[in-house]
Amino acid sequence: MNQKTEPLLRVEDIHISFGGLKALNGVSLEVYPGEIMAIIGPNGAGKTTMLNIINGVYTPDQGRIFFEGTERPLKMKPHNVAAMGISRTFQNLALFKGMDTWCNIMVGRTQKMHSNFFSQGVYWGTSQKEEIEHREAVEWIIDFLEIENIRKQPVGMLPYGLQKRVELGRALASEPKLLLLDEPMAGMNLEEKEDIARFILDTNEEIGYTIALIEHDMGVVMDICDRIAVLDFGNKIAEGTPEEIKSNPKVIKAYLGEAEQA
Amino acid sequence: MLYRECGNYKDTYAKDMAIFPIPFDRWGLGVMLVLAFLVIPFTTSDYWLSSIMIPFYCFSLAALGLNFLTGYAGQVSLGHAAFMAVGAYASLILYSRFHVPLLLSILGGGIVSSAVGPVFGIPSLRIKGFYLAVSTLAAQFIIEWILTHWKWVSGGVFGTIDAPDLYVFGWILDTPAKKYYLVLCILVLLVVFGKNLVRGQLGRNWMAIRDMDVAAEVIGVSLFRNKLIAFAVSSFYAGVAGAMVTMAYYGAANIEEFNLVLSFHLLGAIIIGGMGTVLGSFFGAGFMILMPIFINQALLVFLERVPSDLRANSEAIVFGGLIVFFLIVEPYGMARLWHTIKDKMRLWPFPY
Ligand SMILES: Nc1ncnc2c1ncn2[C@@H]1O[C@H](COP(=O)(O)OP(=O)(O)OP(=O)(O)O)[C@@H](O)[C@H]1O
Ligand SMILES: [Mg+2]
Repeated sequence: MNQKTEPLLRVEDIHISFGGLKALNGVSLEVYPGEIMAIIGPNGAGKTTMLNIINGVYTPDQGRIFFEGTERPLKMKPHNVAAMGISRTFQNLALFKGMDTWCNIMVGRTQKMHSNFFSQGVYWGTSQKEEIEHREAVEWIIDFLEIENIRKQPVGMLPYGLQKRVELGRALASEPKLLLLDEPMAGMNLEEKEDIARFILDTNEEIGYTIALIEHDMGVVMDICDRIAVLDFGNKIAEGTPEEIKSNPKVIKAYLGEAEQA
Repeated sequence: MLYRECGNYKDTYAKDMAIFPIPFDRWGLGVMLVLAFLVIPFTTSDYWLSSIMIPFYCFSLAALGLNFLTGYAGQVSLGHAAFMAVGAYASLILYSRFHVPLLLSILGGGIVSSAVGPVFGIPSLRIKGFYLAVSTLAAQFIIEWILTHWKWVSGGVFGTIDAPDLYVFGWILDTPAKKYYLVLCILVLLVVFGKNLVRGQLGRNWMAIRDMDVAAEVIGVSLFRNKLIAFAVSSFYAGVAGAMVTMAYYGAANIEEFNLVLSFHLLGAIIIGGMGTVLGSFFGAGFMILMPIFINQALLVFLERVPSDLRANSEAIVFGGLIVFFLIVEPYGMARLWHTIKDKMRLWPFPY
């Protein structure tokens, strides 16, 4: 990865606290175009909080955020962040339970659909054309993730691993410039993890999306990521290639420290 | 195999995405339309047309409006009857004072109501669930108060305006059958429009907000826009329903008819009929209209004459009991039961 290129996303000196708790304490990160970047760290380190700040779910107390080279306001509505080209999956399942698989994924295309209210109501002309066009894009994702056989099933009934996969599909549907994945493999068995790892790599290599992910499984992280940033108690304690991180004494201490507490 | 999903392969997405992709459903709908347009008006009495079918259609439309907001978008409302009242008064004022043509007056009633709805929907951007329910209750009280106290609107006489004769294109609607057709035509148009909305991107956005609002927002759904549209569409349907029930059934706009009890009944109707389904709105409204009649008949079996307080109490008990039953046992209401029956028929006569 050429570090000289302009980062796709840069967050600078982010501070946020909840009540008295400083969840992030001056963290800076960059995500470069085309890479798979991992954010790792012990429980409660502030990883999910960082994604929430990038998405606009939380507004940081202090800091700066740049996307594609231009600074964006710290306080931004999440759907406007989505419109900029940032998509996301969640640590805890966050599917729309009352809908089928394909409808869930279709919601991911909402920023791309523009037919007006009346056209949707009569389902004629632009709206019908648009609906079919986007359905085709959704079917492409369904094929890509190998979930054809559940396309019309209500997602609430699906096993956990498949729900995670549908959620990935929903995030892909917006064709994002930056894809944020919060523990995409948590709670999965080995086989399911391998599938997801393959999809993530394919997404990166074949479709060319830039990805930042949070993951606890070190094996997977070391395997698929180009670069890793390590958070601990709201601070970034290390950053580098998998090899550099593996041998970094601070990282080892943070993880061993956690192991001792446990 | 009466109900078949498989065996009819859809070779294009266009066919798969047709409004009723399954032939059985299309046939079922066709039968219903034939019944509604060609059979019912010629086989039933004027009493049935004017006292059961017309209010049934009007309240179905109102229930559908509430279903958009509550069943699809997940925003509880206890002020739905008030939006019906807005439509009722607005349309009647347009028709009788400003001599706007009837159809445009009804449309106008819907439009005025759809302008008022989002105002009371603004709190939904901040609060949800119970607190939102309470704030929509405020809509009910505020609108009722305004309609009774604002002399220009109510004409000053206990908030009542009489409906004059109804003319459509110079043709007088003087029989129950003619009024029935007026209501039915408007209903069919609005149901088709609404069905298209909920199966399209707007409906998916609404359900996304209902199921998981933070995720919906992060994925790109604007809560502000979609919630306010839900309030606008919902109160538009309420407004048109209010206008029609006033002109074709009550014969006068009377604020008493649109009180909090009706708001509760409509909410109960969609819970019993089925939240988040178009069909459920019809089941719920049908239930709301027919149940009191059944109860009355049932009581007559045991009693010579049914005291009105006994009747009212038994209605409340049965209605309340069923709401609790459906909330606990079948949160998707009668529409889901209907689905289950269809599922059974799909396999019938093979039990596996
Ligand atoms: N909305 C909130 N209100 C209060 N505290 C919060 C909130 N969100 C996060 N926190 C706190 O901030 C800290 C960081 O949480 P965060 O969810 O970012 O951790 P994480 O690194 O994602 O951990 P995990 O690996 O367990 O997911 C935690 O102590 C958490 O309790
Ligand atoms: Mg987390």
